[in-house]
This record gives sequence, C-alpha cells and structure tokens, in this order.
Amino acid sequence: MDILKFLTAGSVDDGKSTLIGRMLYDTESILQDQLEAIQNSSRKNDDGSIDLAILTDGLKAEREQGITIDVAYKYFQTEKRKFIIADTPGHIQYTRNMVTGASNADLAIILIDARKGVIEQTIRHSYLVSLLALEHVVVCVNKMDMVDYSEEVFEKIHADYHSLAVKLNLHEVTFIPVSALKGDNIVNNSLNMPWYKGKSLLDHLETVPVREMDALLPARFPVQWVIRPQTEELHDYRGYAGRVASGAFKVGDTIKVLPSGMRSKIAKIETFDGEHAIAEEGKSITMHLEDEIDISRGDMISEAERQPIVSNLIEADICWMDTRELDTSATYFIQHNSKLTRCKIQEILYKVNINTLEKVNADAFGLNDIGRVEIKTADELAFDPYETNKRNGGAIIIDSRTNVTVGALMLRAAL
Amino acid sequence: MDYLDQLEAEAIAILREVAGQFEKPALLFSGGKDSITLVKLAEKAFRPGKFPFPLVHIDTGHNFPETIEFRDKLVAQLGEKLIVGYVQDSIDQGKVIEQTGKNASRNALQTVTLLDTILEGKFDACIGGARRDEEKARAKERIFSVRDEFGQWDPKRQRPELWNIYNGKIHKGENVRVFPISNWTELDVWNYIKRENIELPSVYFAHERDVIMRNGQWMAASEYLNMDEEDIIIRKKVRFRTVGDMTCTAAVESDKDQIDDIILEISQSKISERGARMDDKVSEAAMEDRKKGGYF
Ligand SMILES: Nc1nc2c(ncn2[C@@H]2O[C@H](COP(=O)(O)OP(=O)(O)OP(=O)(O)O)[C@@H](O)[C@H]2O)c(=O)[nH]1
Ligand SMILES: [Mg+2]
Repeated sequence: MDILKFLTAGSVDDGKSTLIGRMLYDTESILQDQLEAIQNSSRKNDDGSIDLAILTDGLKAEREQGITIDVAYKYFQTEKRKFIIADTPGHIQYTRNMVTGASNADLAIILIDARKGVIEQTIRHSYLVSLLALEHVVVCVNKMDMVDYSEEVFEKIHADYHSLAVKLNLHEVTFIPVSALKGDNIVNNSLNMPWYKGKSLLDHLETVPVREMDALLPARFPVQWVIRPQTEELHDYRGYAGRVASGAFKVGDTIKVLPSGMRSKIAKIETFDGEHAIAEEGKSITMHLEDEIDISRGDMISEAERQPIVSNLIEADICWMDTRELDTSATYFIQHNSKLTRCKIQEILYKVNINTLEKVNADAFGLNDIGRVEIKTADELAFDPYETNKRNGGAIIIDSRTNVTVGALMLRAAL
Repeated sequence: MDYLDQLEAEAIAILREVAGQFEKPALLFSGGKDSITLVKLAEKAFRPGKFPFPLVHIDTGHNFPETIEFRDKLVAQLGEKLIVGYVQDSIDQGKVIEQTGKNASRNALQTVTLLDTILEGKFDACIGGARRDEEKARAKERIFSVRDEFGQWDPKRQRPELWNIYNGKIHKGENVRVFPISNWTELDVWNYIKRENIELPSVYFAHERDVIMRNGQWMAASEYLNMDEEDIIIRKKVRFRTVGDMTCTAAVESDKDQIDDIILEISQSKISERGARMDDKVSEAAMEDRKKGGYF
C-alpha cells in the first residue's frame, strides 16, 4: 500500500481543521472514545452540533481561541491508501508551522472561503507551496453552503486562482467546491452541487499519483555517524552510517567524498539485516569504502560522475520565520543534511511583495518575509539546486544566540 | 520501499542524528512495546558498535513484575548500560508525596524522578517512544522537541522543523526529547514487531489474571492498587494493549495470545489505545498539562 502525505493550508478560519475532521468522521476513522471526548467537549458549533475541528485542534489554547496554532499530524487509511495529514494553522503569526507541515508533504490542500475568495494569506501559502516544490495542489473552495452552492462563485474563484497558479508555476492544480461543515464533496459527492462533475476530495486523494522514488537522480549520501566498534574482533571496522538522500549506490561504484574531493570505491553496503548489492533513496545503511580516508559526520559521499555543487558562496531563496529581523552582519549557523557550519547572510537580493508578487529591494527582512539572499558559509556545502533535488537542496538557518530555527532555505546556485 | 521500511529508515536516521548532535543522550526505556521497538531500531542504527547512549528506566515501583523481568533479560542480552531512577527514592527524599485514596497512582510522581535523573546524568537528549497518533497533544509535537531547564514543553514556542533536518542546538541546562517513531501508528508498531520477530513481555498476550472493575475498566488486582470491600476480584482472560503502571493501565478482555490475532483485534477495535489509560482521562488536557510539566 502506498502512502500520500498532504497538508491543509489557507487563511485563518477558512475551515482547514473542520475539513480534516469531516474527512475522518465520514470515513469512520474516529474511534469511539475519541468521539465521546469530542462530544463531551465544551466547544460546539453554533447549532450545538459537534465541532469537528477539535479533532486536530488538540491544545488547550487552540480550543479556547478556536484557531489552530501548531501543526497536528493525523494518520488514517482507506482501502486504497495510507495518509499522513498535517493540519496547519492559517494565522499569519504561525506561518512557520505551516512551512513545517508543508516541507514533508507531497500534496497541499489550499482552502479558500467562498465568501472571501483569494486573499493575501492564500497567496502567501501558495507561494510557499510553490517554493517548497510540492507536487500537487488541490484548491478546495469551502463554505459553499454559505453562498447557496453557487456555481458562479466557484467559477470566479477558480479563474482568480488559476491566474495566480500560472504566476507561481504551480502545475498540477485541481479545484473542488466543498462544504467542510456539511460534508459536501469531502468524502461523498454533493447533492447540492449537481453542476460539479469532478471527484470528491477523498476520491481525488486516493487516486492522485504519488511520487515514485527517482532512481535516476544523482546518488548522494550524507554521513551522519561513523561506526567504529574498536573491539578486538572488529579492530579495523569503519562503517559510514547515513541515509541515502537520492539516487542509488552499488557495491563497486566509484565515489567521491565532498568537500575533500577524495575518491574511493564502495567495498560493502550493509544494514543490521545483512549485506546488500545496492542501496536506493531513503534507505538507512552503513557504507564501507576500499580506502582508508578521513571521513566524518557532515561529509557527503557522492557518485563520482555527477557531482553536487561544492561552494561556500551560495544563492538561495529564504523564508524568514523569526520575529527578530534578519541581520546581514550577524553570524548564524546553517544546517544542510548532517552538515552544520557557520554562515553570514551577506546580502538580501530581493524580497517578494506577496500581494503583487513583485520583487522589491529590501533593507529589512522580517517575520514571514520571502525573498532571495546571498550566503557565505564557513565550510563549503555540497548541495544540489533545490528544484532538481529536494533532498539535497534544503537547509535551515539557526540563530546562534537563541538556537532557534529562523530561516528555511531553498539552495539555488553557487555564486 | 514498503511502508514499514520507510518508517524504519526514518527512525534509524533520527537515532543517528541524536548520536551525531548530542554529547550525552539517553534512551528512555519503559519496558513497553514502543520502547522495545526503539531498542530494536537502535540495534539497527548502531551495530556492530555499541549504543552511543545508556537505557534509562524510571521505575515507579508499581510496574508489572513481568516488565522488570523482561527489561533485565533484554539489557543482559544487549550488553548495554541501564540506569534506573526510582520514584521510591524521590518519595523517600520528600521530593514528592505519595497519593492516597482509591485512584492513587505514581504516574504523576515519575516526572520529578525523570527530571532528577536527567539532571544527574547530565543528559542533553532523551529518546522516547511516544507516537503522534496516541494522543491529541502528542499529535502536535516535533521530532526534536526542546525542553527548558525545568523540563517544560511550550507548545506555543516549538521550533520550525523542516524536511529531515533536525535542529538539536540547545543552551546549557536545556534538553531535547527525541521521538523517532513519531510517525508510526499503533498498528505499524505491531506489524513491525511481527515482521522483526521482536519479543515482548508476556502481559501483552492473553493470560489469566485477577482483575477488578474500576470506572468501567478492568484493572489488575495488585498490592499497589488501593482496594476496599466494594472491589470484587474476578479472574479473567485479559491482555494489555499498552503497558504503564499497574495502577493506571487497564486490561482488555481477550483470549488472543498470538500476534496475528492481536493485530486483527486491534485493527477492528473501536477504542483507541490510550482509551485504556486512566492517566489520560483526568481532564481534557491531561496529557498536554503533564507534558508541559516535563512528562515523557
Ligand atoms: N458554514 C460553514 N462553516 C464552516 C465550514 N467549514 C468551516 N466552517 C466554520 O469556520 C470556522 C473556522 O473553521 P476551522 O476549521 O477552525 O478553520 P481553520 O482553517 O482550521 O482555521 P485556522 O486553523 O485557525 O487557520 C468554524 O466556526 C467552522 O465551523 C463550511 O464549510 N461551512
Ligand atoms: Mg485549523
């Protein structure tokens, strides 16, 4: 059985949590004691019916305020597929938590309130989905019950979002009119909207193709840990432990260790369960090389042929996630796979005006700003452009004073 | 890669990040199926080397004897170090006061012992077997979850966590709780236990036991449970779906003593795993409150 990871996004109160609750409820995925707990909860809809949003709004503060603050992960399964859901907050203050949920998802459900149409936060979330390069987007025009299930309203929003999608380079976009509250087109096709001929949301989620592992990508293996038992029997044992980030490695392959550039051959690939001839993307393995070379955590083992970019001057897209503004004179940490080094964000090339999508000059770069920067790192990074290889193109910025993750980076090129 | 392979590979990678990023990690071992699964994953991550961390058990003194026996056997087989923090010590030192009354449990007390054990061992990362599907507050937690000097979790100030890049940078005195099997469901754990042939304490399988009915749940009769004349002891065939203290873990009636049957029974169950945990039922936000206070 395959698995689809998706998130809900869109502006505050557009109905994301209600939609997830509705989907779980209508697929009978809610267990009895959990249902009772919701029924007994003090938070109810205006008409006294149970509020399905509290299935994911699990924190006290969320229930009190009726908003989502942080991502909730939910797991469910139908006969066709397993799903991992990230229900993310719409409130602009918590955009960083939406980014967290989106970074590991294959598909984004973007909700739009039928009464409000495309608004700034819809654009911001869509922009982030495009930056993070999620494969699929589903636009759910929600609260159709509040606009008399009007086809006209739906078509207008459809057209508006379509032109946004073109500007943002979002390819796979599907549009569905829904009412999360009433259940229209969530699991079952709606009787209130006979003019809509497409699939229900669940039907779409069950059938959309999920990304297959891409064995043709260049092989990358960031070293996390060196296994050296140093016992008498295993005196010379030296295994490089890590997870294959992309592509495939075979025993006998010539590899290059970066950034040092030393070459060797793969002598053995093993796991606890035995030896393997090949290790593909996603596998956690231990690699042995023919030559004794100095390799430690943070180094990257790459196929010798197609190498990643190795540089300490990097251009990247950045999403800033801290209330303290980006400081071009400060030293930060940058973490890229298992590599941690110091860096400076030397220059802000531009900032994106979310409403117009224009690139504007920026002296200041604050919370939720998105733009492009130039970074200088202390040690060289061995990376691929994010758009060609997600698994080796993302990095985070850590504030060295607070230790908090303050920036998400999509690495693009060496300077 | 099939689904369990993906989960396994992710968990191994997280364990290796802990080894790579921290000076003094520890693996919190409760003797339950999730932490036993973690131990298996640690073997997969670090063998033929030693674990780069000891196992740490917070012993409430109210455990199922089967769990302690199992723990000691497992540790001996592994050849790894075990550190035990005793709730009884915290009680003797006057740091906590034993609850009284019918529903008395040491569950809440163990947080103090846990925090003391972390302090004493100078642990900067504690690996735990919590899963996001267990409970609504856990559904919100990061894989690397930072705790302040007082062990507190602040759900409003969680760090962003992108892709599989985990930020383990902390200040002195803080520590990180790490949850490698965050994305596993209860059924995933059982299916993995089956696939890997992992041994479990016998309490997970159907057996005859003296039980009493408490608040609609079957509780194991034991010297730790405060009983009175109203409590009627009955002998029943039961098993445990989750294993914590004897005083707060309820049994389910079952005659299933084979893993395949247990998996089937769980997949058909209408009640969640933690539906059998009295400690979660105290209030709507019982788990969140305990986590804020430093609980596992
Ligand atoms: N009439 C109507 N109301 C809806 C619908 N979907 C959601 N609502 C209501 O809209 C309000 C907000 O719903 P939530 O699901 O909490 O919204 P959200 O998008 O999760 O909000 P944040 O997570 O805080 O961004 C609640 O009062 C819902 O009952 C719908 O389809 N129709
Ligand atoms: Mg919400």
